[in-house]
Amino acid sequence: MNENERQTISVNLKINSVNHALQIEPRVSLLDALREFAGLTGTKKGCNQGACGACTVLVDGTRINSCFALAVQYEGRDITTIEGLAEDGELHALQSAFIEHDGFQCGYCTPGQICSAVGMFKEFQRGLPSAVSETMTGEIEFSDEEIKERMSGNLCRCGAYVGITEAIHEAFDAEVKR
Amino acid sequence: MSITQKIMETVAQFMPDKEPDPLLHKHGFIGKPFSRVDGRLKVMGEATFTAEFKIENIAYAALVYSTIAKGKITKIERSEAEKSAGVLAVITHENVPKMNDPATYDPAGDSSGSANSDLPILRDEKIYWNGQPVAVVVAETQDQTEQAAKLINVEYETEDYDVSFDALKDTAVPPKEVMSEPPEVKIGDAEDALEKAEFKIDNIYRTPRYNHNAIEPHATIAVWGDDDETLTIFEPSQTIYAVKNTFVKMFDLAPERVRVISPFVGGGFGGKGGMWWYTALCVAAAKAVNRPVKLALSREGVFRVVGGRTPSEQRVALGANKDGKLSALIQSGVTATTTHNNFAEHFSFPARHLYASENFFIGQKVVFLDTVANTFMRGPGESIGGFALESAMDEFAFELKIDPIELRRINEPAKDPTKDTEFSMRNLIEAYKRGAEKFDWVNNPPRSQKDGKWLIGQGVATAYYPFYRFTATARVRINADGTAIVQTAAHEMGMGTATVQIQHAAERLGLPIDRVAFEYGDSDLPESSMAGGSSQTVSIGASVRAAIEKAHRELLALAGDDYDSPFSYLKYDQIEARNGGLFSKKDASEGETYASILKRVGQDYVEAEETSAKPYEIMKYSMGSYGAQFCEVRVNEESGEVRVSRFLGSFDCGRILNPKTATSQFRGGIIMGIGMALTEETLFDERRGRIMNPSLAEYHVPVNLDIPKIEIIYNDIPDEHAPLGAHGIGEIGITGVAAAIANAVFNATGKRVRDLPITPDKLL
Repeated sequence: MNENERQTISVNLKINSVNHALQIEPRVSLLDALREFAGLTGTKKGCNQGACGACTVLVDGTRINSCFALAVQYEGRDITTIEGLAEDGELHALQSAFIEHDGFQCGYCTPGQICSAVGMFKEFQRGLPSAVSETMTGEIEFSDEEIKERMSGNLCRCGAYVGITEAIHEAFDAEVKR
Repeated sequence: MSITQKIMETVAQFMPDKEPDPLLHKHGFIGKPFSRVDGRLKVMGEATFTAEFKIENIAYAALVYSTIAKGKITKIERSEAEKSAGVLAVITHENVPKMNDPATYDPAGDSSGSANSDLPILRDEKIYWNGQPVAVVVAETQDQTEQAAKLINVEYETEDYDVSFDALKDTAVPPKEVMSEPPEVKIGDAEDALEKAEFKIDNIYRTPRYNHNAIEPHATIAVWGDDDETLTIFEPSQTIYAVKNTFVKMFDLAPERVRVISPFVGGGFGGKGGMWWYTALCVAAAKAVNRPVKLALSREGVFRVVGGRTPSEQRVALGANKDGKLSALIQSGVTATTTHNNFAEHFSFPARHLYASENFFIGQKVVFLDTVANTFMRGPGESIGGFALESAMDEFAFELKIDPIELRRINEPAKDPTKDTEFSMRNLIEAYKRGAEKFDWVNNPPRSQKDGKWLIGQGVATAYYPFYRFTATARVRINADGTAIVQTAAHEMGMGTATVQIQHAAERLGLPIDRVAFEYGDSDLPESSMAGGSSQTVSIGASVRAAIEKAHRELLALAGDDYDSPFSYLKYDQIEARNGGLFSKKDASEGETYASILKRVGQDYVEAEETSAKPYEIMKYSMGSYGAQFCEVRVNEESGEVRVSRFLGSFDCGRILNPKTATSQFRGGIIMGIGMALTEETLFDERRGRIMNPSLAEYHVPVNLDIPKIEIIYNDIPDEHAPLGAHGIGEIGITGVAAAIANAVFNATGKRVRDLPITPDKLL
């Protein structure tokens, strides 16, 4: 069998504001498209079945598990990966807070944690309740418990959860109060 | 005890203690909470993990796993897979390239071998465990190789096999040794003392299988040179040199032609120590297809081919009169291993060192199962043995009506109770005292605190992990521009290796911290020791110290003792490094910067490489890290759900080199302990020998919401006999946690669970 017999299609992905024209099989996940075809390895593969959250990216600002998504579905969408969070070398406030609060050890789950937290905060701002929210419609406090519940789809085996929660507070508390 | 050990002990007796490290009490860079030097790379997604190296023309491999526990392959149908799109090769025992037997790892820290099992995988038709690789598929893309792997049809002939721990445990036998120690220790007659004791407890404790589950799945990229005699392996490894040496022998290569590269390891916890067979199969596959090959294991694949922690069944019996002073301490039990790796997990180690008792019986036995090789997992031995011993101490305190912390104080030994050596440093009681204050420890009666449907309870347990150090080599280069580079083939899997060694080297060199670089993670650098046994920081620390001392002596020689040299009257022991150079300890004006010396003698740099001394200190003293784990749980009376509501770890681990990274390691260990206590278990089919939950959806590691704000405090008292005054901290965090939780659950509910994990069904 040779390369030509692969049934590939062209897929155009807009990743971190840059267009990537990929020639891939329709079954390629968004995660593999990023890592193996677009050369963006910041997004991590931890389980490839939506259980660990290491592959979390933002699509039009919403967090998704990219291992659970087919690349072809995301043409024309704004995909943001960890490589796209810093602006002109200036770290996103959450990235700096992760360093300051030691919100990681090995660093493998970190890109997923950070993308997830950015998406999580947008959900919170939209008033989306979580399983631990006291109210479905009223004001929700940006508490440890809310953060922890909303971040529980992102596993960290090194056990940096305390630092992760502190970093999220530091990066977003001011915005909550505004 | 081996003859070598005996000789070394004798030598150690006559070794004068080296002078304590001058940095022991110095407060400069050491002890400061620096953020990780690789933090920026990690938060930007720019730290390159193994599977992410961009290699031209790379092909992808996947494994096919045996579905029987023992027997042989009678037929492998591979034509269907070979015809599948993009497939380059299907490699089985019938067509695999030649490989020699792999050398297995040496627990004493020697790097001559690294294999976790000595089986001839893929070299004959035999099957040794359910999940063993039986074929490697190589294709152009990941999807193609995974699809083709599903098309391979294997027929087997099954033989009788042993996979049931429970069925075999009564026939268990003592292993030859447990981590180079005898499997049995007898002092006096513990059974007789137990019999005669006024108070006694005698119980059985069980721990299940566990898996490491680092979030980065294991992966290898193998690249052969055009000559077929040069091999580069990218591998997440805790033992770079041992992996390199294994491949030198397996493929008959010259040592200088094999290179292992491992800059970032996405979590290891013991699971990336040594070589598991997938690495060799990737190397063989790359040879077969004559292209670079990447083999990134699926999560299921990690469970199939990388071993985890053994199950255990342990008896702990304690006897005392009403004063609580132990007259008998018995800890015995069984763990599982295999005939192809023979690792008896040393659950009895805490009992050998923690408590004074007039009589001891410590005994370990093993059963041999037809499974993937069991291996080291964070706090091997100490975490499971500590669960049994520290649960028992709590039960005994209740029986004796003595506060559990007081019972530990009563039995605090003056010397090591089974080795009879002095402790190099031990302030466990101080750790308990400080922890109790900070945690607000009160020994409430069981089932006396309630908040609605939640029963509340508190528990404590001792944390213990031995001190290990291995010889390592470091190279240091001091440049004329006032910068320095330290190099050693060390490992970074999240401990903060580079960060702490930069702090260390900058302090010892008298340079600003941003002028020192640390290079590691590559077998082309000087040989370091493994990242295991919580030993890496002190092992590298000793070698960095030795290399810098050598460089300083060379600089001094270069500077000369001419009349006009600033060093004309100064000997090595009269100088110290500061302000970017070497200066008299007495007179700040006497001395010269590195830049000035090197410029004067016309050299761009001075470089020195040195190997640290053998760890005689371990022979001479009983050395360990200690701690006190305090826990509060809330148990739902209706559902049996256990929530950890408060946790505090109070540690006695020598000097803390970086409070920020150290706190993270302690917390990380505690969190793995919370998983061990409450949710984690590798489910194993005792009929077929297959792991039933090989996924992160069904193997439940703790999530963010499971973890309270864990507080960490430490004595920070340096050990004069340890490099930098420091002890290992990577593993002690997990020890004692499961017991502290079980003890708190008892305090909350009045129910004693001796069988981990403490799932709701056990409390209803």
